[in-house]
Amino acid sequence: MKSLMKTAGLAAAISALALPVVAQEAAEPIMDKGDVAWMMVSTLLVLLMILPGLALFYGGMVRRKNMLSVLMQSTLITAMAMVIWVVYGYSMSFGGSTSPYWGGLSKMFLAGVTMDSMVGTFTDGVVIPEYVFIAFQMTFAAITPVLIIGAFVERIKLSALMIFIALWLTVVYFPVAHMVWDGSGLIFNMGALDFAGGTVVHINAGVAGLVGALVLGKRMGLGKDMMAPHSMTLTMVGASLLWVGWFGFNAGSNLEANGGATLAMMNTFAATAGAILAWSAIEAIFRGKASMLGAATGMVTGLVAVTPAAGSVGPVGAIVLGAIAAAAAYFFVSKVKNAFGYDDSLDVFGCHGIGGIVGAVGTGIFTSAALGGIGYGDGVTMAMQTWIQIKAVVITIIWGGIASFVILKVIDMVIGLRVSEEVEREGLDLAVHGEAAYHE
Amino acid sequence: MKLIIAAIKPFKLDEVREALTAIGVRGMMVTEIKGFGSQSGHTEIYRGAEYTVNFVPKVKIEIAVPASMVEQVTEAIVNTARTGKIGDGKIFVLDVESAVRVRTGETNEDAL
Repeated sequence: MKSLMKTAGLAAAISALALPVVAQEAAEPIMDKGDVAWMMVSTLLVLLMILPGLALFYGGMVRRKNMLSVLMQSTLITAMAMVIWVVYGYSMSFGGSTSPYWGGLSKMFLAGVTMDSMVGTFTDGVVIPEYVFIAFQMTFAAITPVLIIGAFVERIKLSALMIFIALWLTVVYFPVAHMVWDGSGLIFNMGALDFAGGTVVHINAGVAGLVGALVLGKRMGLGKDMMAPHSMTLTMVGASLLWVGWFGFNAGSNLEANGGATLAMMNTFAATAGAILAWSAIEAIFRGKASMLGAATGMVTGLVAVTPAAGSVGPVGAIVLGAIAAAAAYFFVSKVKNAFGYDDSLDVFGCHGIGGIVGAVGTGIFTSAALGGIGYGDGVTMAMQTWIQIKAVVITIIWGGIASFVILKVIDMVIGLRVSEEVEREGLDLAVHGEAAYHE
Repeated sequence: MKLIIAAIKPFKLDEVREALTAIGVRGMMVTEIKGFGSQSGHTEIYRGAEYTVNFVPKVKIEIAVPASMVEQVTEAIVNTARTGKIGDGKIFVLDVESAVRVRTGETNEDAL
């Protein structure tokens, strides 16, 4: 049974071993080429999740006239996030400062990092090159903002979006990543379990999406115009690429190619399968027909829910967790969203927010050895762990919610968030990008 | 000369085409259209958002024929395109003022 220190987030060992090797009294740390190869592949898998996975998943769900805008926003945000990561994002997230809230600027421009720099893993004495850790985490910093755009599609101004994302990364993502995963982080030191980013990535994105949808307002013609997905085929392709890539996201978060990674892999299969079946069954019962959009949404919801849990729950618990998350998200997107009448267009909060919350809290429950998980740290009970998880969720929601709201409001006042009515009617592809996705 | 415009169910197109060529019709124009008459559309639900699709896909055939052939052609279309269920379609007959064959310059009945 792993101790809590080893299971709770990435960086306890990392910040310890980010110091020069001379600080080690034990034998020379080992870099295993298998671990490095796995981490390099995991990094590529997460990139695949964004481009084209998420881009197509979202793109297929918008109308034809806005397809390219989704693909463009996904591409541009990815590139911008990567540049920011290199400049100061890595440092703010994993700079190894003593602050509970951010990582400091000591590693701005990746200062001091060479190809021989090593960082620790969950196993004492086992290291991986810092560059692959930087690259791996960089893809996380890129995918999270792309998730948010699902709430803004078909109406947000491109410049406003890019500025929002740059500021959001700086004020929300990097600090929360530090708080959850870095050695001195506030939430990490509470003992919260977030293996691959249920809070950092999914709840963060979900809350930002919800706040943004409320501030932006609804799309013109919502409820009257035909806004059905223009290509469920591409959406399914995107969702499938997300599932495959997610193995890099979850199992790669183990930092080594060993049993822990294979547990995360197994859970990434099990939870997703449970969620797909649960969503399709619920939809067949309540609506009479199980749809591809439902199955794809169930798939993604299950993946979101298992993200914080992948390293600590057991496969049977993962199936149940995925099913519960799918059920919760189903009722949220079909009932709650319509009841409140806001336009979270592609259900960013419905899937990533709700899925992330269920997953994060559920991690506290299903990590129990009695439920097939790896068990809690010494002296920690299910109730204690679950309460810690809830606190982590609440902190993330409050920090991200308030910050997102302030940033959006300021941008709205200075340059405006929405495109004009004519542009929205014509479609963003032609009006903003000067191209059409399909010619026929 | 008359122009016959017929809206029929898409899967009936091939049968109608065969029946018409059998009675001597030498050309037609086919367009994919959407429409409604007695047949109503359907509802799609995407994650709780309901869309009513009012239009049903149909195929429109336009044929120019000498006035003498109108009854034959109309009968051929009706007999092959009819299924007995709603949505079978409609046929309209219009007057044609003139016609020209582009390749040869032949006019009116010689162009048909």
